[in-house]
Amino acid sequence: MFKSLTVKLAALAAGAAFSALPLAAQAQNIMDQIKQRGTLVVGVKADYKPYGFRDPAGKIVGIEPDLAQDVATKLGVKLELVPVVSSNRMQFLDQGKIDLMIATMNDKPDRRKVVYIVEPSYYASMTNVLTLKSNKLKDWNELKGKKVCMIQGAWYNKKLQEDYGMEALAFKGTAEAFSALKANNCVGFAYDDTFILASLLEPEWKDYEMPLKSILEDPWGLAVKLGEENFYKFMSEMVKEWHRSGRIVALEKKYGMANTGYALQMQTQFNKK
Amino acid sequence: MEAFYLWWRWLYDTTGINLTIFYDAFDRTRFVAGFFTTLQLSASCIFLSVVIGVVGAWLQGSRLVITRHLLYWYIQFFRNTPPLVQLYFFYFGVGALLKTPGGEPMVSNVAWATLGLAMYAGAFNIEIFRSGIESVPRATLEAAQSFGFSRLQAYRHIVLPLAFRVCLPALNNNLVNLVKTTSIAYAIAVPEMLYVASQIWSDSNNVKEMMNVLLLCYVALVGVFVYVMNRWERAMKMPGFGA
Repeated sequence: MFKSLTVKLAALAAGAAFSALPLAAQAQNIMDQIKQRGTLVVGVKADYKPYGFRDPAGKIVGIEPDLAQDVATKLGVKLELVPVVSSNRMQFLDQGKIDLMIATMNDKPDRRKVVYIVEPSYYASMTNVLTLKSNKLKDWNELKGKKVCMIQGAWYNKKLQEDYGMEALAFKGTAEAFSALKANNCVGFAYDDTFILASLLEPEWKDYEMPLKSILEDPWGLAVKLGEENFYKFMSEMVKEWHRSGRIVALEKKYGMANTGYALQMQTQFNKK
Repeated sequence: MEAFYLWWRWLYDTTGINLTIFYDAFDRTRFVAGFFTTLQLSASCIFLSVVIGVVGAWLQGSRLVITRHLLYWYIQFFRNTPPLVQLYFFYFGVGALLKTPGGEPMVSNVAWATLGLAMYAGAFNIEIFRSGIESVPRATLEAAQSFGFSRLQAYRHIVLPLAFRVCLPALNNNLVNLVKTTSIAYAIAVPEMLYVASQIWSDSNNVKEMMNVLLLCYVALVGVFVYVMNRWERAMKMPGFGA
């Protein structure tokens, strides 16, 4: 009798546990979890100035940590930043180690299969040229027939050569390309405008500028875990608000960067509506 | 001609074998240009390195100690370092220092590639020619002297022709190696075949096809070169001399 009682109690407990599971699966609302926890965990870069980098005290600062703080403030919780790199940012999000990912990630179709990329895009890198101020470059067509340093494998290299007739000097890494640019082996360096603007913050490039109009946008995507519909809608609204209020334009200025073409475009676009 | 190009497009659409160098005008032009650049680079490097080899082998017999020492260090430097490292050193290191008053670089990347590779192969050629020269028997040299040939005349008319025939197989070996080594010029953005192929496959995502095309092109190029050199070897053969 004693044995059968414990068996019945065990069966009852197991039954209760199993019946609770489907309810738990449906309540997969990360926003509730965040509010319960009192902390929002965001994955950001810690090595890409000025989007996410460490200040002299070792704290992670930058444009993207500031955006993460905006989200935490809106949700009324504390912010916890987790440093990520390109090779683990999507995995951390998928495994639940982070709730949100804002880590300079380019929006690509195969990535959309792994994480839930929020639309509209919060940011985009476009293509532009780093060149000497003394060259007084005004227009893309002035580069026709001139040697321009590029990075091997960049998706826009062929387009730039076809559309503007420039001669490509493509190197394997940015170090070689910078070296060739400094030695005047090419008239300019065509690459992501975000990377060029970040480089212009360094004193070694004080005689250089990025004078042309940025073209060929490549959107970045901040992401939430696949299936989190509520959080997706929330972040989508946040991005629209960022564009409307000019928050991203202001953050670029805050970190001493000249404004990227995309950020300005988005601000105009969302204020017209 | 258009129909020929379009067939390759059809091939891509049906089988997925993407050979943009046939149906895309831009890729076609640059690949052909790359092939001709490789040819040009190979030809100028071969010519220069043979000249360096002949002159160097001559200077090795010089009476001046300083000449012999300089030559020794030249050979050590260019034989003991990898050609890619040499090219990087010349283009990024030395090239950055050699500037005209206007700030423009004095030597272009193609010039550095030609110079660097010619000097690299030249160092090997000096040793190859030396092996040929040393194979000429002392008795022949003494006979030349007794005929009143000066050192230079003996070198030009007697030693060099004999030495050349002996070292031709080894020289061919080195020159074939040189033709293949021109592909490392891609690291300093010289628009030769490998560089152009790597651009094409990163733009059009057809690595497998381009790798095969590249391999076939190099095999064809080197094959033709080896065939010509073999014909020349046979033509230069002296009846009764050697095996």
